[in-house]
Amino acid sequence: MSVLVFIELEEGKIKKSSREAISYAAALGNTTAVALGSASADELATAGANGASKVLHVSDERLNAGLIQPYAEVLAAAANSTEATIIVTAKSSLADAVVGRVAAKLGAGLVSNVVALPDTSNEFVVKRSIYTGKAFANTSITTDKKILAIKKNAIELKTDGGPADVEAFSVSLDDALFNAKITATDKAEGDVLLPEADIVVSGGRGLKGPENWGIIEDLAKTLGAATGCSKPVSDMDWRPHHEHVGQTGVKVSPSLYIAVGISGAIQHLAGVNSSKYIVVINKDEEAPFFKAADYGIVGDAFEVLPKLNEALKKALA
Amino acid sequence: MNILVCITHVPDTTSRIAFTNDNTEFDKNGVQFIIGPYDDYALARAVELKEQHGGKITVLNVGEAETEPTIRKALAIGADEAVRVNAFPSDSFFVANQIAAVAKQGEYDLILMGRESIDFNGGMVHGMVGELLGLPSFSPVMQLDVEGTTAKITREIEGGKEKLEVSLPFVAGCQEPIAEWKIPNMRGIMSARTKPLNVVEPTDATVHSQLSKYELPPAKGAVKMIDADNVEELVDLLKNEAKVI
Ligand SMILES: Cc1cc2nc3c(=O)[nH]c(=O)nc-3n(C[C@H](O)[C@H](O)[C@H](O)COP(=O)(O)OP(=O)(O)OC[C@H]3O[C@@H](n4cnc5c(N)ncnc54)[C@H](O)[C@@H]3O)c2cc1C
Ligand SMILES: Nc1ncnc2c1ncn2[C@@H]1O[C@H](COP(=O)(O)O)[C@@H](O)[C@H]1O
Repeated sequence: MSVLVFIELEEGKIKKSSREAISYAAALGNTTAVALGSASADELATAGANGASKVLHVSDERLNAGLIQPYAEVLAAAANSTEATIIVTAKSSLADAVVGRVAAKLGAGLVSNVVALPDTSNEFVVKRSIYTGKAFANTSITTDKKILAIKKNAIELKTDGGPADVEAFSVSLDDALFNAKITATDKAEGDVLLPEADIVVSGGRGLKGPENWGIIEDLAKTLGAATGCSKPVSDMDWRPHHEHVGQTGVKVSPSLYIAVGISGAIQHLAGVNSSKYIVVINKDEEAPFFKAADYGIVGDAFEVLPKLNEALKKALA
Repeated sequence: MNILVCITHVPDTTSRIAFTNDNTEFDKNGVQFIIGPYDDYALARAVELKEQHGGKITVLNVGEAETEPTIRKALAIGADEAVRVNAFPSDSFFVANQIAAVAKQGEYDLILMGRESIDFNGGMVHGMVGELLGLPSFSPVMQLDVEGTTAKITREIEGGKEKLEVSLPFVAGCQEPIAEWKIPNMRGIMSARTKPLNVVEPTDATVHSQLSKYELPPAKGAVKMIDADNVEELVDLLKNEAKVI
């Protein structure tokens, strides 16, 4: 069986979530991955470690920005050319926007938020996370072609493969597809991306103001973590919107989520309930977040965090 | 300006999620249903755009009769008329096909949706509809302004945002802070009762997937409390018990 994976690049590097998607695909069949825009052949060859036998590289520079229609066109062309019956991608804000179009182009059944390999004993049944992490649905895809968007951090990375063959792949892309003009991009560089992160340190209204975020950032730096926040914190512009975690924000699924000065409203929990471990630091022992936590400390963030940071630095040195 | 807003009818964000009938059906017992929060942002922005530019807002839901109170709420918030496609929305492609069919009947300058539904969290219907209609689609859109036939939009990207200039018409999956949720006022609620709500039957029965069984995640174990003066214990647990650092 031929499987195609959509590689997302971040500053020229393959995203971890795309490596997870490749690992998933490799368990299903012969895996070709496709990368769009500028990237080095050496970097793309590393997709082999995760299980890709080949990487198709569409180096058209117009694809350096993640534009939805041209991306959908390339994915459909690559699927046709490799005769892929399954397309795998990480679930992300870009992939969400792109793969719906690919599904409609190819008449492929699309299931998102997939958390496990399919059960193919009878039909083709995948388990997906629904109700914002509060439940799962087993869904059978009834079309010949299938598209699976994999939830981040749900699949174990395969890392033992050899380098993949990198081949140039060209798709003729009509100028009309580039119908959106990007006029400005505002992006933090070098930060750990919140949706991809293995550890997240998140702050809430209990931190009192944006000027106090240093203690969150210091702890995140020690742990190599991404920073997050609750909705009111981004509503008040203490932190940028892309850090807002929860029902109406980013849904994270890290190994470790550390929540500081966040009460644990159900809408916040909806964004973090797929975390493997949760640590809650709150001065109110009645804070609902403790019920969802694995480890808890009742205390003042301004006293606990610096101490915790020092202890972690010592332990990780 | 003519705007189509597609809304879902979903359990309130505080609902306890449970299933019945041997885990094949969602348990609606005691659950309150709302307009999907992201769809609610799309609707709020549509109301603001209408205030600025004039025009008409049509809301659309693919759902069975039980969704009508949710549709009426959208009319109370400021939509002018509504369409309900009378079918259970079991599959995204099926839903996208119905939306595309309704959209073809009107000349819409904008088709606004939520970035994702909060029941199935697919985030895919906007792209499908864009493709089915041959229109551009964008998501997640956090700002949207219209001038003549062009729009300035801001979309969220991982770790930041990007501003784009695009031509109408297009499909957008919306999220905050595109607008503030609007609460219907008394006048809105009264007028919503008499606004047209047209029920149409589905045009195409194609489905790409079938739900078989629901599952709930295993219950969480009890929390271990650590003394604030003993953060070393937490470090030790993270390192040696959880093994996450
Ligand atoms: C439809 C809908 C969608 C929503 N979506 C989201 C979402 O996606 N994400 C989200 O986060 N919220 C969301 N909300 C809002 C949510 O209901 C809560 O209002 C919000 O999460 C509360 O944020 P908070 O915990 O930072 O603030 P608060 O509830 O004010 O809690 C602050 C906490 O800090 C603690 N504290 C205070 N001082 C200290 C100190 N010195 N040290 C330690 N602890 C301290 C307090 O004890 C308290 O528990 C949504 C709401 C609705 C209705
Ligand atoms: N049954 C439905 N009726 C109307 N609009 C819908 C329906 N399902 C999804 N949508 C729209 O498509 C968006 C994305 O949904 P989804 O792809 O299911 O996450 C939603 O936010 C709605 O705007």
